[in-house]
Amino acid sequence: MQALGIEVLLKGSNFLRLLGGLWVALKISLIAVLFSIVLGILFGIVMTYKNPLVKIISRIYLEIVRIMPQMVLLFIVFFGTTRMFGWNLDAELAAIIVFTFWGTAEMGDLVRGAVSNIPKHQYESSYALGLSKAQTYYHIVIPQTLRRLIPLSINLVTRMIKTTSLVMMIGVVEALKVTQQIIEANRMVAPNAAFGLYLTVFILYFLACWPISLLATYLEKKWSA
Amino acid sequence: MKNSKFKKVLALLTAAVMIVAAFASCSGSDSGASNAVYRTLDEIRESGTVKIGVFSDKNPFGYVDENGDYQGYDVYFAERLAEDLGVEVEYVSTEAASRIEYLQTGKVDIILANFTVTDERKEEVDFALPYMNVALGVVSPDSRVIESLDDIEDSDEVIVISGTTAETYLTENYPDIKLKKFDAYAQAKTALENGEGVAWANDNTEVIAYALQNSGYTVGIPSLGSNDTIAPAVSKGNKTLLNWINEEIESLGEENFFHKDYEETLVDTYGTDYEEELVVEGGVVSE
Repeated sequence: MQALGIEVLLKGSNFLRLLGGLWVALKISLIAVLFSIVLGILFGIVMTYKNPLVKIISRIYLEIVRIMPQMVLLFIVFFGTTRMFGWNLDAELAAIIVFTFWGTAEMGDLVRGAVSNIPKHQYESSYALGLSKAQTYYHIVIPQTLRRLIPLSINLVTRMIKTTSLVMMIGVVEALKVTQQIIEANRMVAPNAAFGLYLTVFILYFLACWPISLLATYLEKKWSA
Repeated sequence: MKNSKFKKVLALLTAAVMIVAAFASCSGSDSGASNAVYRTLDEIRESGTVKIGVFSDKNPFGYVDENGDYQGYDVYFAERLAEDLGVEVEYVSTEAASRIEYLQTGKVDIILANFTVTDERKEEVDFALPYMNVALGVVSPDSRVIESLDDIEDSDEVIVISGTTAETYLTENYPDIKLKKFDAYAQAKTALENGEGVAWANDNTEVIAYALQNSGYTVGIPSLGSNDTIAPAVSKGNKTLLNWINEEIESLGEENFFHKDYEETLVDTYGTDYEEELVVEGGVVSE
C-alpha cells in the first residue's frame, strides 16, 4: 500500500473530493444521456424520412459531430457563445449541451439503423390492421427498435461517461481533475501516488459503468422473452 | 403526405430552437448591454466577488490541499488581492491552454496562474507588474542527461505542456525537435517517468523542484531562452482593474509581501537559495 501511495486518499477529505468529482462526471453524462436518448430517438426517426432537405440537414449535423473533436465543441460552446452572443454559460451546462449534441447525433444514427432494419411487413401489417402512422411507430416500430438499441446505446453511454474527463478544460473539476490535484498536492510526501490513485479512479469508473452494463443485460433478456 | 412530414420536421426544429433559447435565457442573465467582456474595478467591488483563475494542480504555485482549499504562491497573492479589494474570492480551475480564453471572454477577472509575460500574449491580454522571475529549464533522467539541446537526436521526443512558454520557445527556435505535448501538468510528469520522452522542458522553477524531489533526474539545462517574468493578467483594456493591481503590487513591495509569500509557500520546494532569484518585489525586476 505504501508503494501505491493510496494512503494520501485518507488525508483530509481527499476521498470525498474524489467521489464528488465522480458525481460531477456522472451527473453531466447521465443528464446528457437522458436528453440524448429522447432527442436521439426523435432525430433517428426524422433521419429515416426521404425528404432531401431533411437528409441534407441530418447529414451535416452528423458529420459535424463526427469530425469535430469533443474538446473543440466544448470550447465553442463554453467560450464561443460568450464571444458571439455574450451568453455566460455555466461550465457544467456547457458540458451537458455538448454531450447532448454529440449523444443525440450518435444515438440518432443508431436509431436510424435500428428503424430501417425493421422489416417492411411490420409496417404493412400494422397499416392493414388500421393503425395510423403515429400508432405504428408508437406500438410497433419503437418497442422493437428500443430492444435492438440497448447493446449499442450502452456502448455510447459508457463512452460518454469516460469522455467527461475532457470537461476539466473548461474548469469543471471532475474525478480525473481531482486525482491530478491530489497527486500534485502530495508530490513531495507521496511522489509515487499517481499509480495508486489512477488505479482507484479506474475502479471507481468501473463501479459506475458496471451497473449500467448489468441493467442492459437484464433489459435485453427481459425484452427478448 | 409530404406536407405533413414537412410540418413534423418544422415542429421538431422549432422545438430544438426553443430548447436552445431556454438554455440561453436561464444562464445569460448577467450579460449586460455593454460590449465590454470584462468587469471594471467598481463592478467587481459591487458584486462582492472577484473571479480569479488559478492552477489547481501546480504545486507549489496553485494547488488544492487535502481539505479542498486552494493553496500556493499564486493563491497566497490572490487571497491578499481579494482582501484588499474587500470582496470574496471565487477560484476557477484553469489549464495552461485555456488561460487567455478565460480572460478574453471575461469568465474570470484576473488570471494568477503562473502566467509568463510574452509579447504574443501581450496582444491578447493586459499584464500587470511582475511578481516572479522565470526562465526555461530542461530535466532528464540520470541515465541520459541532456545538457544541451544539441544532445537531442532526431528520433527523440521532448515532453512539453501545451500552451506553455516552453512549447512556444522550442517550436519557434528549434522546429526540428519533436515535441510530445500534454494538456495537464500531471500527465506530462507521468509521461517523463514512463520514459515517453528523453527530457521535459518547462519553466526552470518547475524542473528544479522536480529534480530536487525525484531522485534519478537531473536538470541538465537550468536556464534556456530569455529570462521572463510572471505577472497577473486581466482582460485586454480593463484599465481600472489593471491600475489597481499595479498600485497594489507597488504598495505590497513596501512590506516585502512577496518575500513573505515565498517563505510561506515556496521555501519547502526551492529552499532559500533561490529566493532572491525568483521573487520580484514591488514590480521591479532587478537586473
